[in-house]
Amino acid sequence: MSSVADAAVPPVARAASAGALWRLMSDPMGAGGAVIVVSFVLLALFAPWVAPYDPLKLDVLNKLQGPSLAHLAGTDQLGRDTLSRLIWGSRTALGISLTATGVAGAIGLVLGLIAGYGPRWLDGALVLVFDSLSSLPMILFALAVITVLGPGTTTLILVIVLVSIPGYARLIRAQTLTLKTADFVQAERSMGASVPRILGRHLLPNVVGPLVIVLSMDVPVVIMLEAGLSYLNLGVRPPTPSWGNILYDGYNSLRQQPTLVIAAGVPLVLSTIGFTFLGEGLRDALDPRLQVRPR
Amino acid sequence: MLTYAIKRIALAVVILFTVMLAMFAMVFLVPGDPASLALGPRATPALKAELIQRMGLDQPVPVQVWNFFSNAAHGNFGYDVWSKRPVLDQILEVFPNTLFLGAVALGWALVLGVALGCLAVVWRGTFIDTVLGILSVSMIAVPSFVIALYSLLIFAVWLNWLPAVGAGTPGDWGSQIRAVILPAFAIGVTWVGYLARLVRASMLEVMGAPHIRTARAFGLSETRIVTHYALRLAIIPTIAILAVGFGAILSSAVFVETVFSRPGIGTLVTAAVSKRNYPVVMGTTLFMTAFYLFVVTAADLLIARLDPRVRDVFRG
Amino acid sequence: MSDPVLQVRDLSVRYGPVQAVRGVSLSAARGEVVGIVGESGCGKSTLASALIGLNPPSARATGQIAIEGRDLVAMTEAERRALRGDRVAMVFQDPMTAFNPVLTLGAQLVDFQHRAPLTKAEKRARAAAMLARVGLPDPELALTRYVHELSGGMRQRAAIAAALMMQPALLIADEPTTALDVTMEAQILHLLRELRRDHDGAIVIITHHLGVVGELCDRVYVMYAGQVVEEGTVDEIYHDPRHPYTAALISCDPAHIADRAEVLPTIPGRLPDLTDPPAGCAFAARCTLATQRCAEPPPRVVLSATHAALCHEVRP
Repeated sequence: MSSVADAAVPPVARAASAGALWRLMSDPMGAGGAVIVVSFVLLALFAPWVAPYDPLKLDVLNKLQGPSLAHLAGTDQLGRDTLSRLIWGSRTALGISLTATGVAGAIGLVLGLIAGYGPRWLDGALVLVFDSLSSLPMILFALAVITVLGPGTTTLILVIVLVSIPGYARLIRAQTLTLKTADFVQAERSMGASVPRILGRHLLPNVVGPLVIVLSMDVPVVIMLEAGLSYLNLGVRPPTPSWGNILYDGYNSLRQQPTLVIAAGVPLVLSTIGFTFLGEGLRDALDPRLQVRPR
Repeated sequence: MLTYAIKRIALAVVILFTVMLAMFAMVFLVPGDPASLALGPRATPALKAELIQRMGLDQPVPVQVWNFFSNAAHGNFGYDVWSKRPVLDQILEVFPNTLFLGAVALGWALVLGVALGCLAVVWRGTFIDTVLGILSVSMIAVPSFVIALYSLLIFAVWLNWLPAVGAGTPGDWGSQIRAVILPAFAIGVTWVGYLARLVRASMLEVMGAPHIRTARAFGLSETRIVTHYALRLAIIPTIAILAVGFGAILSSAVFVETVFSRPGIGTLVTAAVSKRNYPVVMGTTLFMTAFYLFVVTAADLLIARLDPRVRDVFRG
Repeated sequence: MSDPVLQVRDLSVRYGPVQAVRGVSLSAARGEVVGIVGESGCGKSTLASALIGLNPPSARATGQIAIEGRDLVAMTEAERRALRGDRVAMVFQDPMTAFNPVLTLGAQLVDFQHRAPLTKAEKRARAAAMLARVGLPDPELALTRYVHELSGGMRQRAAIAAALMMQPALLIADEPTTALDVTMEAQILHLLRELRRDHDGAIVIITHHLGVVGELCDRVYVMYAGQVVEEGTVDEIYHDPRHPYTAALISCDPAHIADRAEVLPTIPGRLPDLTDPPAGCAFAARCTLATQRCAEPPPRVVLSATHAALCHEVRP
């Protein structure tokens, strides 16, 4: 077997195999994370059927109650059922974080491929922009955009997309640069393959793996950011239930009824831990060398 | 070393310049002018005209760009829309609080994180290592402001051990230290997890290196090998992460400061965002970006000092 | 040879299913230089690590390694450590990675003398003297240098100096010239030959290079698939190789090929699987003389007081 033939097998074939799924599920952390994530996804999808009450229905007579059989997690300052609001909140959290990371991942992928495979001057310009954007402390950049556009769900998604793109684009660019000089791509080029063919057939399948891992590890960060900004009243606007604004309601009634703040923290902590475990498990199963930095 | 330092600093300056340009461009991309945005729909035309003039928005764009840059270079970050106080004064007033909070948070996290990481290395492959691994990932995952809310509830409201709000009385160190404990705890937890994992990983890598074998072959004790031969190499990636993580610390600080109503950069900027107080948001962002770049550059230079190989790459 | 410094009896080392060293016996006396030759994968590196008690935790050793009469295999790790860098020292294969990259050479050479009851200045002076002894042009300067700032030859000289500093009873050199180019190799060989005159301990040199053995050694052990297949004085092994493997090894040495050869001779076939070594002669599958008898374990045929071979086909 010649070395060229050896190198011409793109490494992606191994990563995407069923073995990876088995490795993920045999790792207690990854399996636990997967179970938690799937539960939250189901909860979000079936929220209207699972939630015992209408999350927006007011019942001021029964405001700020502790846990009871009628209201398992008590009620908030307007008498709304906390459990129902938390279940609907998972829809908000997952909807926003999955949409935002998905869009950011797609844009980052395109920009990264352009920077990695395109002309040098374009690469230089894009890298400077990426570096500058990631030199801004993420939260301040987010707050600056919110100041300009005004708070709301759309702004929130836009903010998350904007702050996430540089990281993904840099990852894809680095991967592309490595692959560009890899033997199997060089072999394909020497045989006169077109640029779209090289990008689509060889680079794309190989850079998608690491991107998926990083995306999955970023979902909990985005859930935290959504909750945090909604807590500050700069994200999802009330009365739409979000874990963040429920926590804020809980903070305001902390001394009268601590149930609200305690209950609102639980799904947030559970989901971020679940997604983090899943991301870790995916990383270990697919690409243990991938480094992920704090944000 | 000097060439390396100059290159790093020049890069930081270029990035800062780009960021300023981007910030300025952003203000112009907004639908509507910043003055009416800041004042809201009910502002009188006279009030608006006054603000436009005060912010220099009636000048031609190139003049505005020039003013923006030359003012920023002189440390003039504009004036608060409402109180009309210079933005820089407000920043400098609360910045020490945030810095103190971040330093205490990182400090305790560094001590515990490095210790846990070393512990995991000593007991690598055992049950303790597995438990520490799951524990650190969980610590990374828990949002700091949830920890802040829970610890506020437990230690300030229920047990009444520590203050629930504020940063303590200026000049009274005791009250300041008591006020920083809970917020610093909330911010640090994530970092304990990060650092424990990072130290474990880089320690394991270093401990497998041939030079550690040499040290063992000369009969040096494991303790001396870990502290003198391995930790110094293993700590290098930790310093890099700490510097980059300054941005993450600031993010947690924004939320945690709000939970504890603690004066700081976080509370300053959040209040300004809610009130659309442009100059304050822009000024703070610029100031913190500059500070962040300074930290990252300083860390790179420190790494170059610790690792002679890095500094020689840039020497000739 | 009444009281050998090193006496190995029936040593076996396994890593899980892999039997890297199988029943090796050898000895080295004071003032003697002993070579261990074999191709890569024959178990000589595992043997080298075992001789200094530095096998990875996954390795299981049985048998006896007596150094000045004390058995390394039976010792606790603390006792082994007390021996290392005192009675036993090692020169490692790649001096680039064998020294710590972030500590100066001086700091490490001083540290390696941790057992000597001397002040730091005295240790430093001793290190400088030893560096001068191994031929480093400016020892004082070299002490302030990091490894990556030294040339390959200087590094290997420094590694040898480090090993000789404590005047060990047993010096083990694991492939001391493999990482060097030909001129450097010649210089280091010259140095080692010189040093053996005033070193009164035993030296064990582990190499795949027959030339090194011929230049330096008194006696040779030839290893194949974890076993010693032939032992003898250098003269006996070079001029009267009896085991077919030894004979093949010598005929493949470029130095022994008189005429211009178009193709370098090689031994056909490959090493047996050490997770399941054959019950009989391990070399039989590649041997031109092999008969059916070779499926049986080969006898150790003693040819002279110093010469022995592990083969059915050898006659005394």
